[in-house]
Formats: sequence, C-alpha cells, structure tokens
Amino acid sequence: MAESLGTGADTVQLRFRDDRQVDHPAVTVDAFIDQSNATAVRIEPGDDARLLLGHLDRIALVEVNFPGFGDGRGYSAARILREAGYTGEIRAVGEVLVDQIAAMRRCGFDAFAPDTPLDEADVAAAFNRWPEVYQATTDGRVPIWNLRHG
Amino acid sequence: MYRYDQYDQAMVDARVAEFRDQAQRRIDGKITEDQFKPLRLMNGLYLQLHAYMLRVAVPYGTLSGAQMHMLGDIADKYDRGYGHFTTRQNIQYNWIKLEDAGDILADLASVEMHAIQTSGNCIRNISSDHYAGAAADELVDPRPYAELLRQWSSFHPEFSYLPRKFKIAVIASKRDRAAMRLHDIGIEIVRNADGEPGAAFYVGGGMGRTPMIGPLIRDFVPLDELVTYSEACLRVYNRYGRRDNKYKARIKILVHELGKDEYARQVDEEFAHLLSQNIEPPLAELERIKTYFADPAFKTGLPTDTDRLDPDFALWMDRNCHAHKQPGYISVTISLKPIGGIPGDASADQIRLMAALAKEYSFDECRVTHAQNIVFAHVEIGRLHELWQQLDAAGLGTPNLDRIDDIIACPGLDYCSLANARSIPVAQKISERFAVNGKSEVIGELKLKISGCINACGHHHAGHIGILGVDKKGLENYQLLLGGSEAEDTSLGKITGPGFDEAGIVDAVEKATDVYLAKRTEGERFLDTYRRIGMEPFKEALYG
Repeated sequence: MAESLGTGADTVQLRFRDDRQVDHPAVTVDAFIDQSNATAVRIEPGDDARLLLGHLDRIALVEVNFPGFGDGRGYSAARILREAGYTGEIRAVGEVLVDQIAAMRRCGFDAFAPDTPLDEADVAAAFNRWPEVYQATTDGRVPIWNLRHG
Repeated sequence: MYRYDQYDQAMVDARVAEFRDQAQRRIDGKITEDQFKPLRLMNGLYLQLHAYMLRVAVPYGTLSGAQMHMLGDIADKYDRGYGHFTTRQNIQYNWIKLEDAGDILADLASVEMHAIQTSGNCIRNISSDHYAGAAADELVDPRPYAELLRQWSSFHPEFSYLPRKFKIAVIASKRDRAAMRLHDIGIEIVRNADGEPGAAFYVGGGMGRTPMIGPLIRDFVPLDELVTYSEACLRVYNRYGRRDNKYKARIKILVHELGKDEYARQVDEEFAHLLSQNIEPPLAELERIKTYFADPAFKTGLPTDTDRLDPDFALWMDRNCHAHKQPGYISVTISLKPIGGIPGDASADQIRLMAALAKEYSFDECRVTHAQNIVFAHVEIGRLHELWQQLDAAGLGTPNLDRIDDIIACPGLDYCSLANARSIPVAQKISERFAVNGKSEVIGELKLKISGCINACGHHHAGHIGILGVDKKGLENYQLLLGGSEAEDTSLGKITGPGFDEAGIVDAVEKATDVYLAKRTEGERFLDTYRRIGMEPFKEALYG
C-alpha cells in the first residue's frame, strides 16, 4: 500500500470547480501508475507530469506540491496536463502564496490548498490585478497581441 | 522606437499597483522578508551594502529623449544625483529608499518605463545591438524581435520561478556587438537559402563562475514560430535545470550536462508539441511592432564629410563614431569613461543634457551599450562638430571607445553585497596610468573588463584583458586574464597565474601591454597578438 499523501477537503481554500471534491488521499506518481484504482495523484517538483498522460481518463485530482514557493516546476506540470486535455482538478498545495496564484490559475490550477491560509481580500485583489495577458495558455484568455489584431 | 499602446500601459500600471500592495503587505507583516525578497527582486529592487539599489529596465537599450530626461530627474529626486549604466543596457540607482520605490516606479510608468524583471529568477531585460537600425552591416533591425520577446517574457505565468536568471540577446548582424553567444539564449536573425528571414538559436552561453560559449541549437526558426520555439527552450530548462545548487542552476550547465544535441532533441520534442497549442502571436503583431522601428525621416543629399581642422574633434570622430547605412549620417558613442572616472556613471545633469542632445541631433532617441556607454545612432555628419562641442563641454567627449581606458567595471565592493573586491578604484587607476604614460594612444583597440567577484557582471571572461577580484585571506586580490572576446570571435580569457594586489594589478596590465607593443605586427590588435604568440611571453614578463 502506498503511503497516502495529500490535502483533505477541509484544507482547500479556493476552488474554481462545480464538481464534487475528491475526498480520498492522493498517491505518488509511481504508486499511481502501479495502482489501477487510484483516482488522485500527487506530483512532487521532480516528477515528470507526462508519465500521467496515458492515464488521464481515470484521474479526478492532481495535486501539485510546492515544498517551497521558489521552485517553479509545478507551473510546467500543470500546463502540460491541461495541454494534453486533462479536465479534472489541479490543486496547488504547499507553500502557495497570494502573489503566485494568478499565474498558477493561468497555468491551469483550479484549486488551492495553501499551507497558510490566504487573506481573502488579498486573493480578490490578486485575481483582479491584471487587465489583460500577453501569453496564450489553455485558460482561454485572449492574449494582447490577438486583441490588437482582432 | 516602440511606444506603448493602451494594453502595454495598463500592464505596467497594474505592476506598479501590485508592487505598492506587496510593499504594504511587507510593512504590515503579512509576508516575511524571505517571501518579499523575490517579489522586490522581480521589480528590480536589491538590498545592497549601504542601501537599496533599483535597476530600471531599458528594453534592448533604446530610450527616447523624454525617458532619458526622466532618468536624470530620478537621479536627482531619489538618489544622489547620478545613475550607473550597466552591462545589461539598463541603469541602476545605488542609494534608494524602500519607501520611495513605489513612487519611482510610478514616475517611470509615466514615460513608459519600469523595473520589471530586472532581477530575480525570471527572463531578464532583453539586450540587443546598440547600432541597431543604423549599422551598415546589419541584415535587419533586430529590435522588433526583441520587443516581441519582451512582451512574451513579461509576467510569463510559467517562467517566473525558473532555476535561475535568464538572459536573452537578439542581433541581426555577423558583427556581434551584444555578446550574443554569452547569453542563456542568443538569437541571430539570419536568412536561409531561400532568402527568408528566421532566427538562429544559440543556447547555454554565459559568464559567471562557469563561463561557456553558447552552442548553436537550431540554425533556423521561422519568424512565425519564434515565440513557440523560445517557449520550448524555456520549458525544458524550467523542468530540468538544476535546482539543487544555485551555482549549477543556469541553463548553460543543463546544456553542458545533457550535451547540446540531447538538449536540442528535447527542445524539438517540446516544440513539436507546443506548435499544436497555438501560442504564437499573429505575424501581424510583428509587422505592427516593425512600424515603430521604421527608419526615421533621413534627409538626402547631406554632406558626407565635415571640417576636421580641430584636432581634438578629429580624434574623437575617428575613435567614437561608427559608419551609418545612410549617407550623410554617422553613429556616435558618448563615452562614460572619462580619465579616472567611474565607468558607466553619469550625473543627473549629464543625463538630461544627453536627453536634450538626443532630441536635437538623433531623432529623439539614444541607446545604452553593454559596454556602459551611450549611443546616438543617427547624427548628421555635418552637425557632428557642434554636437561634439556640447558633449565635450560637459565632460562627455572622451575619445576612447574600445580603448584600454574604455573599461567595463561592475560596481564591486564599493556597492555590491556579493563582491569580494573593489572594481571601481582599479578601473580608475588603470585609466589614469594609461593616460599619464601615453600608452592608451599607441595601443589602439583593447577591451578591458573588471569584475569584483566570480559572478562576472563586469564580463572579465570576455575582456581582451580581464581582471577578476577575489578575496584572498581577507585581502583583495586580482587575477589577470588574457584573450577573451565578446564579439563574433567569441573566446574566454585564460588566467595568467597568481593574482596581484591593487597596485600590482595595474603594473601587471601595463606589463602585458608592453609585451604586446614589443611583439605586435602591423595592424594587430592586442587580442590578435595574444592569439598568435600565446600566453608564455606574457607569463614570462609578469612572473619571470
């Protein structure tokens, strides 16, 4: 039995989804691939998100752990999953700070379970800060250079 | 030059508001200093030895007169009346108060400027050729491509917490005036066999403690895939660049450890995938940007020479001017290296004077060079003398471009919290020594570069003569390097042997130049002689 990891439902502070929250713990990427009945998996910074691409249809939750906020590998992991068509939950866990959540959202995160709860007013300000975006991601926002050229 | 539209302005204004909010949350104790540090760094604010330092971005080194004027005003209003132009074509202020930072950013935003991503583990200010749009030898103006990449790299959601800082240079000439192959990504705009323009990518160059010359990773990326390919390069780095050791975290280590072919293969794989994601800007955007870099309204039928009766003027013209593509025009380098001065420093009054003169003589535009000088790219040859008179009267007429006293130096231990040794006094002493002994006159081109620590902000690896300040049992010690070059013949300097103290390094530089003067053949630069005769004769003179 793999060691269970992950955040319980009560630690998720922000969630941008209407479906029911997965209520069982996530397992490591290695354990997930060996375990055909698991539906929640946890990505650590050194894990290759592409190992999951053959299993997307049975994943309901991917937790991406940020042991430290300065390690940006999780941003690529989330985008890779979204670019491959994954539509389940991607939850940022660990040292998730208010100054990172807008960029995380753009990379495909749709739930946040920070170690230290974020101030609600700061969260609202962070998500409302940027009038437009320069880059295209899978979040559907139209980049400035497309706005300029209709 | 490029001007913001409402979108660019709104993004910069949002950043100012965000930073004010971050600073307030720090003051309120809502975030720790450890959490605040990367946020302030991504807004260019460093905590140095004596005060905060603010580094302002000058995208690809190009400034309008109004922007240059503002840089002078900021030096007066918030600093001690001067600013320091850097090897990344930026300007930094060394005596800033944290509580003023928000107001400075707002002043900058009022002239379409900012300090975004001038520090931190993100994509930094993109540098380019300081003669862009003027040089007779360029294929096209490289700056539209740099501007496109500026937009792409600003607030990039995936690449704000890279393993380490990331520097990109874009050139479009076989003559490399931007140290292109000493960048994390060096891009050269080229034409393929069919005559179509595209980009050659050199990845994994850099200076620092492990200097490397960037290998060619892909010889041709079509212009409508430029952003997508860049994104692929960065994603491979973000995922696999080392994060266990800060000193091995730059992309050059990844490329070196994987091998350039394996890195290129991984990028190709990611590139193929990203092409399916439609992240590339429309080509119309590149065309829109290009209109901002169209030639200014050059006059025709202008005189192509000028009265050279004044010998001081003639000397300056010969040394500090560069051929222009348009007959009747010339590009001027204003040296910020007066004899015995601090390399790259300019007073607020000098900055404002250059702003006014740029408006009067160079289509209201100037550039910062990576060698810490200022360029007026488009000056009428017929008006060169009157321009020179005004520059010279303000201490800005030193005729020493690319000579031994045109020294690149980092701020060193006088300012920088990373430094092991002072750079500025060494630069000043060498400059004075070679002015007094008259050898600067006879030596000709010799690029001398000084770093006060192994991080190599003063580009010492790439100097024809390089000096590296180290700490030796609590004393400042200076190693001498010979044979580096940041130009198209890129090479890395080699250490001569044991280091010297402050007086000793000045003597050592003079001895090295004496070897050159004794051994040179007709037309040889210092670098050429060194390459021909090798290290031994120099070692013998220094240590024999």
